[in-house]
Amino acid sequence: MSDLSYIKRPNRPLQIYAILFLVVLYLPVLFIPLFSFNDSVYVKFPLTGLTTKWYVELWSREPVWNALWNSVKVGAAVAVISTILGVIAARAITRYRLPGKNVLVTFIMMPLVIPGIIFGVALLILMSRLGVPLSLFTVTLGHLIVCLPFAVATLLPRFEGFDKSMEEASADLGENGWWTFWRVTMPMVFPGIVASLLLSFTISFDEFIMAFFLTGTDPTLPMYIWGQLRFPQEFPSILALSALILFVSFFVVFVAQYFGRRGLESEQ
Amino acid sequence: MTETSSSSTKAQRSPGRGGLSGLLHRHENLRGFLLMTPTLLVMGVGIIAPFFILVTMSLWTRQGFDFDTTLTMANYARTWNEPIYGALLSRSFWISGIATVATVILCYPMAYFVAFHVHRNKMMWIILMTLPFWTSYLLRVFAWKVILGYEGVINSGLMAVGLIEAPLEFLLYSQEAVIITLAHAWAAFAILPLYVSLEKIDKSLLEAATDLGDGPVARFMRITLPLSLPGVIAACFLIFIPTTGDYITPALLGGPDGAMIGNFIQLQFGPVNNWPMGATLSMVLMMWISLIALVFLFITRLAREKIA
Repeated sequence: MSDLSYIKRPNRPLQIYAILFLVVLYLPVLFIPLFSFNDSVYVKFPLTGLTTKWYVELWSREPVWNALWNSVKVGAAVAVISTILGVIAARAITRYRLPGKNVLVTFIMMPLVIPGIIFGVALLILMSRLGVPLSLFTVTLGHLIVCLPFAVATLLPRFEGFDKSMEEASADLGENGWWTFWRVTMPMVFPGIVASLLLSFTISFDEFIMAFFLTGTDPTLPMYIWGQLRFPQEFPSILALSALILFVSFFVVFVAQYFGRRGLESEQ
Repeated sequence: MTETSSSSTKAQRSPGRGGLSGLLHRHENLRGFLLMTPTLLVMGVGIIAPFFILVTMSLWTRQGFDFDTTLTMANYARTWNEPIYGALLSRSFWISGIATVATVILCYPMAYFVAFHVHRNKMMWIILMTLPFWTSYLLRVFAWKVILGYEGVINSGLMAVGLIEAPLEFLLYSQEAVIITLAHAWAAFAILPLYVSLEKIDKSLLEAATDLGDGPVARFMRITLPLSLPGVIAACFLIFIPTTGDYITPALLGGPDGAMIGNFIQLQFGPVNNWPMGATLSMVLMMWISLIALVFLFITRLAREKIA
């Protein structure tokens, strides 16, 4: 340890930079909950007083509840489907020596490096040419494309760090393929599956670009917010709604990340 | 090794199987592909089919409320000849380029700090740095509107303290506002690849450099920076490409000077209602991105050969 000290020596300026970095990273988002409790329609300093009326008012809004329900439905469907597809893909990629494996992985990861708007308009054109009316189903398809790369990226390391001899041992002891999967494979990759479910859900829940092009008459929550942004008098209620969404997202993602990385770190 | 042995035992266990199942038992690869089929199918429906129809439509033209489906390059010619499109594209690339460079430069020390100076709870730091990224993009952009607005946090704050008399108007609806917001919103895309490439660096190389008389600066320039270049390149791609097509940030914060190609594409599918033109613009955007990416890769490869 001591001979490494000149490299590992704490670097004071860098520490200060790191803390500043985190402050700047979080500060902008923190203004949203701050002003959501402010007793004024105008979003500005000085703060005029503490109130929860924006939250109370939000509670009685029918469209908010509808949008929330739409987002939850889409998010749940996207989470389950993209995780199942992700498990299948990760399993196939790691278990078999597929020729052209890298091409397949690159293909699945492609949505990460193509502007979302291009996927949005392309799917919109496809749906309209096929005569499929825009609905929550089209939004779900769009979100699947966005979430699959993240699901696969979350699940792949799990399956890669997986010791194949465990499955073989199970097979040797007489389990068939199906039970081996449920009793050996599944418990080992389970944290990855939880992480993938939670991440896909949040990404879908917060996704806007695809939803913008593919939403029919039922808006998702971000679409509802976008619609309300035109009206300055709605700002405080939108702030309250945003604060709630941020809080839930932060919580869910934190749990997802914790699950997703914990096992991996300890194995290494 | 193990795979072949396990598959041969299975083959022995079920001798004389014919047809598809026999074929699958004999060829592991086929089973793998079969397992992948659902995923590939969804990606095919979601990526390949839309892409083909996008290409096709970009060759159509608008005819009243309908499309003229004769294939023509007319739209492409328009984007080439009318200066507005070139101007919008170059502005988009300019804004995204500045935002990308700013993000990578600002995130590098942070990633460096976590990779080299954090020894406990590394995972906590990584989660902390990337957490905001997973929350709604729309809301993060909205937060910047609250901050930079005419009566926003900065203006009203400065006025309340008495530092300024009237609100600063240049804050909102400007290219700078778009650049700041993009750099802030995409930080996680820089942090992760930078961190991964820095973390991988063999620390003994740094010791060797120090033993051979390199100071901290020389050590950084000759070892850390070159070895982290793949992370820098990945970060640049991951930020530059998606941000060029962004339209939420410019729509909320850009104003007329900050409008980007994404806003124009969106207009074609909305109020302007010229879908073929929108498809053409999407194609042109993708082609330029690919071209820029290739040139960028070429330059970095040259640079790396120079260093090595």
